[in-house]
Amino acid sequence: MSKQNEPIKGKAFVLGRNIDTDQIIPAEHLVYSLDDPEERKFYGRYALSGVPDEQSGLPEGGIPLVEEDKFESEFNIIVGGPNFGCGSSREHAPASLDIAGVEAIIAPTFARIFYRNSVDGGFVVPYESIEDLSQKVQTGDELEIDIEQRTVRNLTQDEEYEIRPLGSVADIVNAGGIFEYARKEGMITCQ
Amino acid sequence: MGMTLTEKIIAKHSGKTSVEPGESVWVDADVLMTHDVCGPPTISIFKEQFGEDARVWDKDKLVIIPDHYIFTEDKYANRNVDILRAFAADQDLPHFYDVGSEDYKGVCHIALPEEGFTRPGEMLFGTDSHTCTAGAFGQFATGIGNTDAAFIMGAGKLWVKVPETMRFVFYGDSMPPYLMAKDIILQIIGDIGVDGATYRTMEFAGPGISAMTMEDRMTLTNMVIEAGGKNGVVEPDIKTETYVRERTDKYFEPVFSDTDADYHSVYRYNLEDMVPMVAKPHSPDNKATAIELEGTKLDRAYIGSCTGGKLSDFVAAAEIIAGNDLKIDTYVVPATTEIADKLETTRVNGKPLIDIFKDAGCKIGQASCAACLGGPSDTFGRLNNDEVCISTTNRNYPGRMGSKQSQVYLASPYTVAASAISGSITDPRAFIHQTVI
Repeated sequence: MSKQNEPIKGKAFVLGRNIDTDQIIPAEHLVYSLDDPEERKFYGRYALSGVPDEQSGLPEGGIPLVEEDKFESEFNIIVGGPNFGCGSSREHAPASLDIAGVEAIIAPTFARIFYRNSVDGGFVVPYESIEDLSQKVQTGDELEIDIEQRTVRNLTQDEEYEIRPLGSVADIVNAGGIFEYARKEGMITCQ
Repeated sequence: MGMTLTEKIIAKHSGKTSVEPGESVWVDADVLMTHDVCGPPTISIFKEQFGEDARVWDKDKLVIIPDHYIFTEDKYANRNVDILRAFAADQDLPHFYDVGSEDYKGVCHIALPEEGFTRPGEMLFGTDSHTCTAGAFGQFATGIGNTDAAFIMGAGKLWVKVPETMRFVFYGDSMPPYLMAKDIILQIIGDIGVDGATYRTMEFAGPGISAMTMEDRMTLTNMVIEAGGKNGVVEPDIKTETYVRERTDKYFEPVFSDTDADYHSVYRYNLEDMVPMVAKPHSPDNKATAIELEGTKLDRAYIGSCTGGKLSDFVAAAEIIAGNDLKIDTYVVPATTEIADKLETTRVNGKPLIDIFKDAGCKIGQASCAACLGGPSDTFGRLNNDEVCISTTNRNYPGRMGSKQSQVYLASPYTVAASAISGSITDPRAFIHQTVI
């Protein structure tokens, strides 16, 4: 995961509202080891494979995040509608996006547990947008996120959008996760 | 300014006299629960961060309940249970409910209360979003991820942001005979939306709640996550005390909301005005009344899960099913082994529930989460094609019960049972009053 003050640049993958964790990583795939380097890759392969085809890669649809037989995506920024990540508490969801090569998600609102898992586990940075950008950005658009300026630049459409500051979780995002943060703060001393 | 029940529990567990919504505090956990899907990665993070030889912070407070992928040939799923088993042995954990042993329970959210871990006033974290079920007992209970759970496993604490509380007040002295808690929570989720309570507490109160059984209350709190809620709570009362005291001797201190507590919002419902509800595919807030959907063709009915696989859910289904033939495949999955045993001893119209289901041709599964969340391809009751299913479970997002092509309608056990008889969605009121318990 990138630190919050480093700009993230790359290709957008656009989804609709209420993308739940079963769509992000279907439950049947939750059996692979996240430690084994070979098995772990399957989380990347099946990331967002539960999204109905016509809703995957908007506005056109029919675009998978990860092409068949590949383990990583050409898209590194997800743009979603409201309530991104609702549903189960499976941390495999933000982990699978991270493994697929996603660095950041931009959505107007996030479901609480997904947001927390993304930050505490140090997987992907969840940025809250002011507007619902899933209505403006198209899959494949080149985006640049600049958290210092609180902007997302759409280089393809030559537009600029506003995002909210990370607020109270900024320190955890910057540290790289809850363990790194707690060590920095002297809350835990081991390892 | 007074505090809500949730604020009081958080204040107490963070060593403060008061807390306010929006504030982030570190709290001590009373119980950490994990299962076979999220337990192994949690254990892995725990070892990576605290060391291979690290010991858990308090083995009496860690509860491991395998329940998700149990009766499957999937080698990876079975390996997950092996990892839990090895960890429990290595750490000498007293609360591990191993598969294949006499201790095996089934669905964690029902096993936790059965085993006395849902104590009023305490703080429970679990690596499952439906951990919020335990709020029915006046406990603060919420779902977390593996990293947070690993942190608790080693440090015994976690940061939480104090949520605002939404209050839902129910009027009416008793539940109308056709109404179930499932109808009520589907109505609420339909009213406020799947993100209507995001980051917030949903507190259920009023005479209508006092009239409910503990199992009814659990159905309400179970599904607060379907509205995005952080936790759901019901103030403890004599029913709570009786239930918990029958299952544990451990000391606990019930907590109650102050009358001058500040609420984000207050919603009021009259039980007598409420009707059987259904959530249409593919979202729990896609509400309709059962009557509006009458005649919708179905391929399958499913009665099970933490939401809809409790004893009272099967009693309700059996009241409707007794003496009727079923038009569609109907799957019955008790949440826990304790409930499975009670299907043999509990009677409707003088007949054991299990016989009512078997005689009607239901397929009976073993206690576990089973097809509620799809799972490996050989999971009992899983939707593997384009089936249309009516289910007592709690989620109907695309592919939740298996195939992306399938469609799931969520409803109460009454409505599911009535629909299984008709083969299409049916308001259960036509079937009520014909049975004697």
